[in-house]
Amino acid sequence: MQFLRKYLDKIKPDFEPGGKFAMFRSVFDGFETFLFVPNTTSQSGVHIHDAMDSKRAMSIVVIALLPCLLFGMFNTGYQHYLALGESPGFWITFLYGFLAVLPIVAVSYMVGLGIEFTIAQWKGHEIQEGFLVSGMLIPLIVPVDTPLWMIALATAFAVVFAKEVFGGTGFNIWNVALVARAFLFFAYPSKMSGEQVFVRTDSTFGLGGGVVADGFSGATPLGQINSGGLAEVSNIAGQPLNYWDMFWGLIPGSIGETSKLCILLGAAVLLITGIANWRTMVSVFAGGIVTVWLFNIFGSSPIMQIHPLEHLLLGGFAFGAVFMATDPVTSPRTQQGKYVFGFLTGAFAILVRILNPGYPEGMMLAILLMNSFVPLIDYCVVEGNVKRRLKRNK
Amino acid sequence: MTQIIKLKRGLDIPLKGMPREVTKHTIRSSYYTLFPDDYTGFTPKVVVKQGDEVLTGNPVMYDKNHPELKIVSPVSGVVTAINRGEKRKLQSIVILADAKNEPVDFGRKKINDLSPETIKSALADAGILALFRQRPYDRIVHPADTPRDIFISGFSSAPLAPGFDYILKGHEADFQTGLEALAMLTSGNVYLGVRAGRKGIVPDTLTTRIGNLQIVAFEGAHPTGNVGVQINRMKPVNKGEIVWTVQPQDVIITGRFFNKGVVDMTRLVALTGSEVNECDRAYYPMLPGASIEKLVKSSVTEHIALRYISGNVLTGKRIASDGSLHAGDNQVTVIPEGDETHEVLGWAMPRPGQFSVSRTYPAFLLERLTKKKYEMDARIKGGRRAMIMSNEWEKVFPMDILPEFLVRAILAQDIDKMENLGIYEVAPEDFALCEFVDTSKMELQKIVREGLDWFYKEMS
Repeated sequence: MQFLRKYLDKIKPDFEPGGKFAMFRSVFDGFETFLFVPNTTSQSGVHIHDAMDSKRAMSIVVIALLPCLLFGMFNTGYQHYLALGESPGFWITFLYGFLAVLPIVAVSYMVGLGIEFTIAQWKGHEIQEGFLVSGMLIPLIVPVDTPLWMIALATAFAVVFAKEVFGGTGFNIWNVALVARAFLFFAYPSKMSGEQVFVRTDSTFGLGGGVVADGFSGATPLGQINSGGLAEVSNIAGQPLNYWDMFWGLIPGSIGETSKLCILLGAAVLLITGIANWRTMVSVFAGGIVTVWLFNIFGSSPIMQIHPLEHLLLGGFAFGAVFMATDPVTSPRTQQGKYVFGFLTGAFAILVRILNPGYPEGMMLAILLMNSFVPLIDYCVVEGNVKRRLKRNK
Repeated sequence: MTQIIKLKRGLDIPLKGMPREVTKHTIRSSYYTLFPDDYTGFTPKVVVKQGDEVLTGNPVMYDKNHPELKIVSPVSGVVTAINRGEKRKLQSIVILADAKNEPVDFGRKKINDLSPETIKSALADAGILALFRQRPYDRIVHPADTPRDIFISGFSSAPLAPGFDYILKGHEADFQTGLEALAMLTSGNVYLGVRAGRKGIVPDTLTTRIGNLQIVAFEGAHPTGNVGVQINRMKPVNKGEIVWTVQPQDVIITGRFFNKGVVDMTRLVALTGSEVNECDRAYYPMLPGASIEKLVKSSVTEHIALRYISGNVLTGKRIASDGSLHAGDNQVTVIPEGDETHEVLGWAMPRPGQFSVSRTYPAFLLERLTKKKYEMDARIKGGRRAMIMSNEWEKVFPMDILPEFLVRAILAQDIDKMENLGIYEVAPEDFALCEFVDTSKMELQKIVREGLDWFYKEMS
């Protein structure tokens, strides 16, 4: 690595203000700090610093998402060949999914990072790592058949209007990836729901061509429940699904959300490293379970009688609870606030699922709604602290 | 039986370079430098000219707003330089020491014979009152005030901090006289915080002799030794109240002043840090303002860039290898600068040699298994960011205050919120650990210092 360091030192002056590549300063700086820990030393305050930085925090989240991504790729291929009624073996299945999912990941990163790099350079900031996570989350929460131009548009919209207009990473009110998802959901409703988008039936780069088998239905289990109020759900070939199927995740759905096993692995990584706060995560599940349970007791329609476990295993509930609700920037900053936020997020997700026939999935809306209430939640907790502190005067 | 207060939140940074309990030769310097900036809030008016001769204890400057507050020369000699910076701001006064070290005789005094006012004015004249600090604002005291209480933290929990129980040996009488003097200055109590489980630094009988002396024991990791944390736990500062805080070595100086009748600012200074040769990590009697040149010469690692700090690694001031010990500092720390280090892909590597409170590093396991101590350099080890991670600061901030919201109020200059969220109780040093652990590498002590100064201006 010595030669690389020497090379960077050699070209660095060109990127300083006044150098011939000064317009790419932020990009150079981004790559330099990516390759080498910055050697800036402390000039004020403490003389030593913890080795933790935001690059590491963000990369841990990306690592935690990898199982979901890899499984999502496999599942894309699996659903495709299931629809065709073929079984070409593990590697071909994975390759199909890989080829189908990779362009989405690439587009999300290219568009998002492109905008981030440009804005960082324009404002004279360092490049902030926040989008490393958002750029990975966006592909995982969209249906695999979403057109790439839509991904690009949604990503651009989210990065600009949900993040940069607020001031960049750390200042946004709503989870960036979810804003991208919401943009798609409301701008292109016909492309974002229904039976066609969750299973890719076309060939990808010439791989996996064929005609879908008889009896194929691309509806997700959650969609089936929502439209028919079914207690029994089936896979795309019409065979019934049990809880274990839902847990392993070989079911149609957005790319990264189907396997609860992989989400559990991700949750373990986030909680062991302490990057995500367990309070939020646990409270979302608690809120969801309590709400379903109340519906179970008092509800009359079949959709209200669905078992809590099924709710947790289907759709994006678990994925949202583990990876999206725990976003430190858009969830409450106070510990007590995290409980309230998590509980209400879980509760609202279930409310939307059960009471709104238009939306099969409520997680996205619940998190975005609760994101909007975060300042209020924190305000109440802070006021509590203020009141307690004023009391000791008396 | 003294009360014991346990603090759960905090962090002892496992740093290499603890001093051994050995006292070595006195460090004498040819010149001594006085920095008015060490006395936060002090607006200096210089009373000496270049070439003037001064005795130990002669005033060299006074505070423009409170002329009674003086800073005195720690040695006898000749004023050789008065250094000014931009806008003629006074930066330092340099005194070339003579061999005589002739002191001004203030006369021995018995505390019991003195009124509080005489004690205060005597301390002000001797330049000792300028060493005291007040909360709120963590700045110099107003001599006219009678503080609600006076707080002394009898131990420091900062990284590699010298042990006060060792420093105290041989100075017990002066320390007790100092406590007696302080007890006269307040309408309330003098609180002495001690480390739980250690042998007492004062005899139990002292509390009967000094009626308003309270001894409280503390247990827990740094910042238990921070006086601000102790105040918050014992008797918090509310709006309109003023308390004073005094460093224990300054209590000794106070006592010595009354017992001997002279100003003797000598303090035992620990030379610490991973880059100090092991045999030289010890205690050295020194005067504030003395150059550390002789102290560190031939006792530190050679051939790498070093950072010399007057004070500890969290709150100390960066000085040159021939810089001076700043007022109020009890240790000199030497660590690697680290600017020649280029670690590859630091965000992805396990980096077992790096300390972190984050469990993304193996440090949390190693610490439990091996009690590993770390050599830490001065790198920031990351880029400055906006606040991203939450609840990092709270874990090392054992006060009933929400540090993040207080910092936000300071940044927004929102007076009501600052007041409600606890600005009266904090000092920059209380945020030092928050600054250390912060993923976003924010300069919290600077933010808090500027906030306190701004707030003080607004309120006066």
